[in-house]
This record gives sequence, C-alpha cells and structure tokens, in this order.
Amino acid sequence: MTIDALEAILIVPLIAAAVLAVLPGYRLTASLNVVAALATFLLSVSLFWTEPHSGDYLLVDDLNRVFIVLTTFVALTTSVFSASYIGHEIAIGRLSPRSVRFYHAMYQMLMFAMNLALTANNIGLMWVAIEVATLTTVLMVGIYRTHEALEAAWKYFILGSVGIALALFGTILVYMAARPVIGEGLNAMVWTVLVRHAAQFDAPLLNVAFVFLLLGYGTKVGLAPLHAWLPDAHAEGPTPISAVLSGLLLNVALYALLRFKMLLALNPASIAPGPLMVTMGLISCVFAAFMLYRRRDIKRMFAYSSIEHMGIIVFAFGMGGPIANFAALLHMTMHSLTKSAIFFTVGHIAQVKGTQKIADMGGLTVTNPLLGWALVVGVVAIAGLPPMGIFMSEFLVVSSTFARQPLLAILLAFGILVALGGLFLRLNTIAFGEPRGPSEPAHASYVPMFAHFAIVFAAGIYMPPGLVAGFENVARLLG
Amino acid sequence: MHGLTFDIAHMLAGSLVLVSFLELYQDRLMALINIYAVHAVVLTLSVAWQALIQDAPHLYITALIALSFKAIVIPVALRRIIVKLGIHREIDNVVGVGLAMLAGIGLVALSMVVMLRVTAEADPLAREDLAFALSVVLLGLLMMVTRRNAVSQVIGFMSLENGLVLAATGAKGMPLVVEISVAFSVLIAFIVIGIFLFRIRERFDTVDIQALDRFRGERR
Repeated sequence: MTIDALEAILIVPLIAAAVLAVLPGYRLTASLNVVAALATFLLSVSLFWTEPHSGDYLLVDDLNRVFIVLTTFVALTTSVFSASYIGHEIAIGRLSPRSVRFYHAMYQMLMFAMNLALTANNIGLMWVAIEVATLTTVLMVGIYRTHEALEAAWKYFILGSVGIALALFGTILVYMAARPVIGEGLNAMVWTVLVRHAAQFDAPLLNVAFVFLLLGYGTKVGLAPLHAWLPDAHAEGPTPISAVLSGLLLNVALYALLRFKMLLALNPASIAPGPLMVTMGLISCVFAAFMLYRRRDIKRMFAYSSIEHMGIIVFAFGMGGPIANFAALLHMTMHSLTKSAIFFTVGHIAQVKGTQKIADMGGLTVTNPLLGWALVVGVVAIAGLPPMGIFMSEFLVVSSTFARQPLLAILLAFGILVALGGLFLRLNTIAFGEPRGPSEPAHASYVPMFAHFAIVFAAGIYMPPGLVAGFENVARLLG
Repeated sequence: MHGLTFDIAHMLAGSLVLVSFLELYQDRLMALINIYAVHAVVLTLSVAWQALIQDAPHLYITALIALSFKAIVIPVALRRIIVKLGIHREIDNVVGVGLAMLAGIGLVALSMVVMLRVTAEADPLAREDLAFALSVVLLGLLMMVTRRNAVSQVIGFMSLENGLVLAATGAKGMPLVVEISVAFSVLIAFIVIGIFLFRIRERFDTVDIQALDRFRGERR
C-alpha cells in the first residue's frame, strides 16, 4: 500500500506531534515545527496536480483544495512567527520548557485535526475532527494558566462543547434523513454518496438538521449570538494561537457548514438555507462593528473584527449565486491572510510593550517603525480600504447584494463603515501620537507578516487568471 | 415494530427524560452526582435494549462504555473531587425549582412538537427515540444555564451527551465510528474538565463560576 499526498498531509502532522511531544529543547523543536508545517504545505500544493484516490473516509475536490492550501500555508507562516514569539516568552519566563513541548505537540495535533476535517468524506469523521481541533485549542488557550486564561479556556470549552454537541445532533438527523434512501450503514454518512441522493431525502428532517448544524458549527464560526467564547479565547491564549484561530479554525467550521448547505441546496423540497445564514451573518457583522468601539485590549479588538468578517463571509455565502460565492471565497482567503498577519504584528507589539492594553501603547510608528507601520498596513487592509485585497472582496459582496437586495446591502455597508471607524479610532492611539510604554527594539520575525501583506496587496491589484478561474469553479459548485 | 419490544424501548427512553427532570431539581452536588449515575444506568439499559432489538452487537460495546465509564468511573471521581474541594454540602441554584421545572416542561413539549412533526414518515420507534433524545439534550442545556457551579455544569453537559448517545443508537445502523467517537470524546472531555477543575481550584479557591467573572479580560 502506498501513501498518497492526501494521506500524507494527515500523517505528517501526526508524526510531528508525537516527535515534538518527546523532544526537549526549544530551538530544535521550534525549527522541527516549521519543517513539519513546510512539508505539509508542499504536500497540500501537490494535491493540485496529483489525483489522489478519494475513498469512503477521505476526499479531495475543488472545494476543499482551496481550504487545504490556505490552511497549510497560514500554518506554515504561523509556525515561523511562533518560533520567535515563543522564544521571547521563554526568555521572560512566561512559558516553561515543558509547556513549550506541550504547545508544539498540540500545534501539530491541531494541524492534523484541521486537515482531517477538511479532507473528511464522512460527516461523522468530520465532526470528530472538529471536536479534536476544539479540544486542542482549549488546551492551548489555557496554557498561560493565569486567571484570565483559565476563564477564557473554560468558557471556550463549555460553549464549544455545546456547539459541537448540537452539530452532532444535526449530523445524526442527516443520517436519519439519508437512511431510507441509501440504506443502513456507512454509506449513509459518506459525503459523496449523500450528494448523489440528496434530492430524495426527507425534506422536513433535513431542515431541522440544518438548523442544528447552523447553530452548532455556527458557534465555532463565531456568529453573533453564539460568539461569546471568541474574544476571550483570542485575547488570553498565546498570539500564534489567536492567529490560527482567527485565520484557520473559523474557516474550518465554516467549511463544514458549507458542505451541509450544498446538501440542502440539492434538495428541492427543503428550506433555502440562504436567508438563515444571511440573517446571522448580518447580525454578526453589525453587532461586532459596534463592539469594536469599546475595546481596551488590542487582541480582543481584533477578535471582534474577526466576528465582523466572518459575518460578512457567512452573509455572502448565504446570498449565494456565482458572484456572491466568489466574493465570499475571496474574502475568506484575504481575511485569513490579513488577520493572521495582524496577529503576528500584534503579538510582537504586545511583547515589546509588555501589555495588551491599548491605553499603554502609543506612537509605535516612531518607537518601532517597522511594527508600527505593519500595523497601519494591516488595519488599512482589514478595514477594507483600497488597494488591498479585502477592498476587492468587500466591494464585490456589497455591489452584488445591491443588485438583488438593496436594503440588505445598505445594512451591510453600514456595518463595514462602523467597523472602519472603530478600527481607525484605536489605530490612531496605538500607531501615532505620544509614545507610551517601553520601546526597546523588537526581535521580531518580519517575514511571515510581510509575506501575507504582500499577497493581500497583490491580490488587490492583480489576480492571476488561473486563481480567478479556480475560485469561479468553486463558486459554481456552491450554487 | 409495535408490541413489547417497542414498549420497552419507549419506556427506557422516556425514563431517561424523567431522570433528566430529577437532575434538574437537585440542588445538592452529592445528590446530583447520584442522579447522574442513575441517568447513565438508564442510558445503558436503553442502549442494550436497542442492541438486542436491532440485532446490532456493536451497540453492546456502547452500552458497556456507558455503564462502566459514565455510571461508575465518572460519578466516583466527581464525588472524590467535590469532597476534596470541600464543596459537597454546597447548594447550587440560580433559578427556583419551580421555574426550572416549568422551563423543562416547555422544552420537552417543544422537542415533541418539532421532532414528531418532521419525522412523520420515519418508523415510529426511531421518531419517538429522536423526540426523547432531543428532550434530554435540551434539558442538559437548561441545566448548564441554570447552574453556577462548574461541577453541575459539567454534569449538565454529560447528560446532554447521554441524549446524543440515545439519538445515535436509536438511528438504526448508524456506523460504529460515531458511537465510539462519542464515548471517546466524553473521555477526553472529562480529562480536560478534570484538569480544569483542579487548576481552577488552585487559582480561585472556589469552583463557583461567578467568581471567575471577576477576572474578565477587560476589567483590569
């Protein structure tokens, strides 16, 4: 039996997790972490031209290729950032060598779980993978063992588990709907089989299933009434984990949601999943935009910005149609890259200043020009100003909505503008004005953040035709 | 499908809902843990009965896990924890018993209305099973929101998981992968919770969630 690239992207992180759990020494393990992430990334890119065999448990199609490559790429750059970030944390004694070993093993475990969730061809397996991803991140959020970190981890754990439990109930209901058509046993949970027979499923059962799945996985996406865990988990965990949470894990939960949305779209008698997603997306976007104004902690602020952007993405996927789906995919990619780069920057800033409180940092463009301007670039990008990539995608979302539902488009644009105001208000204090707080030079790794910003900038000006064609293809698949 | 087999399955699933109600009004932690053990035993019987009538031997494994792990190991461990923490006499109640019971009745009615209506075409055993399972899940959720104490919230979460197992075993022929994973995830969840309980104790000298609220990220 030979191992193809599809299996390898699961096996590499798993082996790496086992090795990193026993190896001592921070320098060695940090570079091994990077090597493993690089190997996984290269393997995932190779999925484009090798045609791995999709079986009952794993599959590769055009939809998840996009997600896998994005996930493994951000995982790679985050591992580079993590190496320098963790080095500083050890130097100031915030993390012990033992917890660093644990941290690296969990990092690879999380990569394994996310890759498994993205490649799973079985809705039960996908659920298990998302559960594992949740548990590993819970452990990492609590790694500092401060009051705040423990509270955040506890809250994340309880809310995440409830979400996961609801999602399992939804998964069981999907199986119940599929069973009379497909028959008992494994086949009724295999995604490719489900899609083929979706039109004959019992529609009312499928509707209830989707409501549970939306609430369950929606909790993990961080949609508005269910978002309470997200800001705490982002603020109190190590910053590389904030970057991975925002940039990747939210996407993975969104991916699960999209899979089930496709199932419903194929069944003519079931409800349209769009309006539900549009409503939740819009609430998340507007709510989070207002919440940006009262933030005092820099990481919490960007966590709320993640809720806002996930709201926009879910909104666009809910609108559906080729243009809105295309815009949503683009926005998701751009948001992942930008937000993780912002967290890289914020991580170094917080280390320089020794605090995450916005009031204690100021004049960064003077004291630490590189970090300060990186933050300015990041906020310009995330607020959706031209010429960055997020401007393109937000413009597409709003303009395509204007053509169909002008009222919704106005609400969405309102949310985006409110968020822009909130972000710039804080940026002004942090990046400009009187220098505050300590300002020794940072030992930062600039490569990951500038690589991300460069991609986002390039995408705002020119998108390669191959990429556009790929995204258009996936957008069509999503219906 | 009707007849004695159906009646027994119905009775066992219905008992699980009843035991969930019993959990709802226990305000002492010790009593709550005991009732949770009963909850797990009823689940075991129900799963074992499903294994018998569906002729699905792998469900016996699920039943065995439910019995050994949920009905014995976890309650024993939890009892030790609360004695060690000195909170076994503590009273934990946020809303009154009456209000909680009323809310519980409302939730059960809701799940009956929703599930029985949408599963009109499914076989009667499966649809009643699902309706009961959803009731147990919702009652578990209700318990999590009406309690302050971390231990009671964990018990609420575990009875919620019991409801999921009931649903999974009621769905005929559901692949084994899922059942094992459910049991497995409970195991992991418990380890995580265990670690947390001890660390919370270390830091706060209480497992009362309200005490945690003081340490909110932004009120520094």
